[in-house]
Amino acid sequence: MIVQFICRAILLGVPLLFGSTGEIVTEKSGHLNLGIPGIMYVGAISGVIGAFLYENACGNDAANMNGVLAVLIPFVCAVLGSTLMGFIYSFLTVTLRANQNVTGLALTTFGIGLGNFFGGSLIKLTETDMPSIALTKTSAFFSVKLPFADDLGAIGEIFFSHDFLTYLAIIIAVVVAFVLNRTRVGLNLRSVGENPATADAAGINVIRYKYVATCIGSAIAGLGGLQYVMAYANGVWSNNAFGDRGWMAIALVIFALWKPSSAIVGSFIFGALCNANNYIQGLGAETQELFKMLPYIVTIIVLIITSMRKKREHQPPASLGVSYFREER
Amino acid sequence: MSKQPAIELKNITKRFGKVVANKNVNLTAYRGEILSILGENGSGKTTLMNMISGIYFPDEGQIFVDGKEAVIASPKDAFEYKIGMIHQHFKLVDVFTAAENIVLGIENGKYDLKRSTGEIRKISEQYGFDLAAEKKIYSMSVSEKQTVEIIKVLYRGADILILDEPTAVLTPQETEKLFSILRNMRDDGKCIIIITHKLHEVLSLSDRVSVLRKGEYVGTVNTAETSESELTEMMVGKKIELNIERSEPKNSTDRLYVNGVTCMDRQGATVLDNVSFTAKSGEILGIAGIAGSGQRELLESIAGLQHLSSGEIFYIDPKTDKKENLRDKTPVQIREMGVRLSFVPEDRLGMGLVGNMDIIDNMMLRSYSKGHSMFLQRKAPKDLAMKIIHDLEVVTPGATTPVRRLSGGNVQKVLVGREIAASPTVLMVAYPVRGLDINSSYMIYNLLNEQKEKGVAIIFVGEDLDVLVELCDRIMVIGSGKITGIVDARMTTKEEIGLLMTKSKADGKENDNG
Repeated sequence: MIVQFICRAILLGVPLLFGSTGEIVTEKSGHLNLGIPGIMYVGAISGVIGAFLYENACGNDAANMNGVLAVLIPFVCAVLGSTLMGFIYSFLTVTLRANQNVTGLALTTFGIGLGNFFGGSLIKLTETDMPSIALTKTSAFFSVKLPFADDLGAIGEIFFSHDFLTYLAIIIAVVVAFVLNRTRVGLNLRSVGENPATADAAGINVIRYKYVATCIGSAIAGLGGLQYVMAYANGVWSNNAFGDRGWMAIALVIFALWKPSSAIVGSFIFGALCNANNYIQGLGAETQELFKMLPYIVTIIVLIITSMRKKREHQPPASLGVSYFREER
Repeated sequence: MSKQPAIELKNITKRFGKVVANKNVNLTAYRGEILSILGENGSGKTTLMNMISGIYFPDEGQIFVDGKEAVIASPKDAFEYKIGMIHQHFKLVDVFTAAENIVLGIENGKYDLKRSTGEIRKISEQYGFDLAAEKKIYSMSVSEKQTVEIIKVLYRGADILILDEPTAVLTPQETEKLFSILRNMRDDGKCIIIITHKLHEVLSLSDRVSVLRKGEYVGTVNTAETSESELTEMMVGKKIELNIERSEPKNSTDRLYVNGVTCMDRQGATVLDNVSFTAKSGEILGIAGIAGSGQRELLESIAGLQHLSSGEIFYIDPKTDKKENLRDKTPVQIREMGVRLSFVPEDRLGMGLVGNMDIIDNMMLRSYSKGHSMFLQRKAPKDLAMKIIHDLEVVTPGATTPVRRLSGGNVQKVLVGREIAASPTVLMVAYPVRGLDINSSYMIYNLLNEQKEKGVAIIFVGEDLDVLVELCDRIMVIGSGKITGIVDARMTTKEEIGLLMTKSKADGKENDNG
């Protein structure tokens, strides 16, 4: 039961980890991308489209499918779809200097609409009565476990039984943490988010950093959507099932105080908190909803504590949300 | 030693929309010399230097570095030509350490902070800086931050250094130290360009002076062969009287009595520590001090905008001689008590005026409670706005132009005009001439003097010691929230005030590298 709870928490936490790692990369460049929910949604539907087309091309027969391609095609589609969204966001906010909050919210609305449009279209193509598409064959390739996981009992279950995207999420978060704190690129990126005028005067290409950070961040976030469909939902897509995971990923950024390493732990805590209602006996439908607030309440508590402690390192990047224009006087 | 031209500007022109910031400027700077760029505020000094350092790109003209034409399209290009600029507003990342800021943006070589820290120490020792490379910028004093900025450009191997008003935020002692470092660098063969509008610094530091006026190049003179009056004439175009008029205070009586005021900032640090003084009618009380020593909090305390931990502020009514305590009163309560207090805050477009509203609406901000009808009555404020525009020669397309679009000097005239129109008995002004050209500054001085003649008690927070010494009757010096001395402005010297400004720092809390 405990083991199951932990595994479930990890499974629920991974999309959040992807989303918040992506958002951290973006926010470190000074851009508050509220389009993350839409971007994750587009990442998910792009992956679904890729998987759908590949399954159809193989005549819907798992025996004809190549495992590497079955994973790679949805993966690349998800990255491309979400990067494109990130590019739209950066073009609007970096080049045209549009308001970041408005742009982000518009992108979320747009992304969800786009996802539902394609989701609905695919469902129609399958000509079933179900309001969903089942890509269980692709999902099976995504969920291949490490071969020795079953031999190790609870340890194997908790640490080695997950789909490869879970490990990728952790690796990406660790790599991002390393890059941010230990490399010149990370120092430059952080300076762009803290004080773009300073970065510019230091000879850093601010515009390029903002674009690249936003696009890479979006690509990472998009993988969260893919992981949700392929691993969590076992390849079943239905419109709007993704829920508020995108917003939770943004809350997780604050909870983790803009540190990817904390986001790893944070995502599993969030996953556990989201899931707690299923493991407590005798909760009515209404109290379950109250339990679902827990991640947000914890985020608010973290915000209160950090505001009270006023440690400068725990604050968001100083120029978050502010457009940069060199010749502004 | 025959001197090499390090940098030459030919016919440089830069426009911002319709405004010409620089017009056909020619300038030459040599290695092994300190060149001052002198000009009033808004004369285009900073714009010109920003073009050398790659922040702006000139619309016309050429730049030559070491005799070869250079295209400096970005700060990065400037580094490649070994040009480094120390900006007036420091370009530092607050949450980074000094070392991180210094290596920021350097691409070559491995990223190794430890090795860089060693190199930083070497540079510090060579020129006599004092710097803790591991210290975070947000915990540094202004002068330490400036040191970081200078080392930053030296670390990049700059041998043409441009300093934009480096002494504006320093105490006289810190300034002296900076100057001796700059002289070391000059003797080391570097080309130093310093932007300033302080004549005495120009004369004491530089080898040659180039003067700009309204974006145009006026000329270059050798410092040894010039005088303060010649430079002033080049700078302002016409000979103006440097002396500010000052009349003797008449019928001076106590108007405001501040007793033992202590106040904390939001972090719980003491910003005003047991401050006591008296402001008298018909005199100008100057307040001198390094920026951020508690001047703002003091004025806000009197205006009813600060919560005091202890102490009282008494207003002595000129008619009845009755003492009223203003402590813990809101600005509205203070006004309702019949205290006619006017306040020209430092942050004109933040606290003083609303930038997006026009002059008339800004007038109404002070009289909004006067109307009795449900609709706005714009007649009286409109008349007042027109009167101010006319009397104070505000340059504006009309009374309905948003004040944000006016230049700094005109914004200040609107604000001061409004505050004076309320016929105050106490007038508090904070840095009223900051960013203003000489003519606008004198207009403000004259307005203050007029109020003084009318018997208003004026509290003048200033930064230019020359002005304080010439304009005020008494000068109160504040350092780290404490009063370090009150002197007679007619008897004192700038050196005395400068010493008082730094006095508290020795027994104050943090830096002591002055």
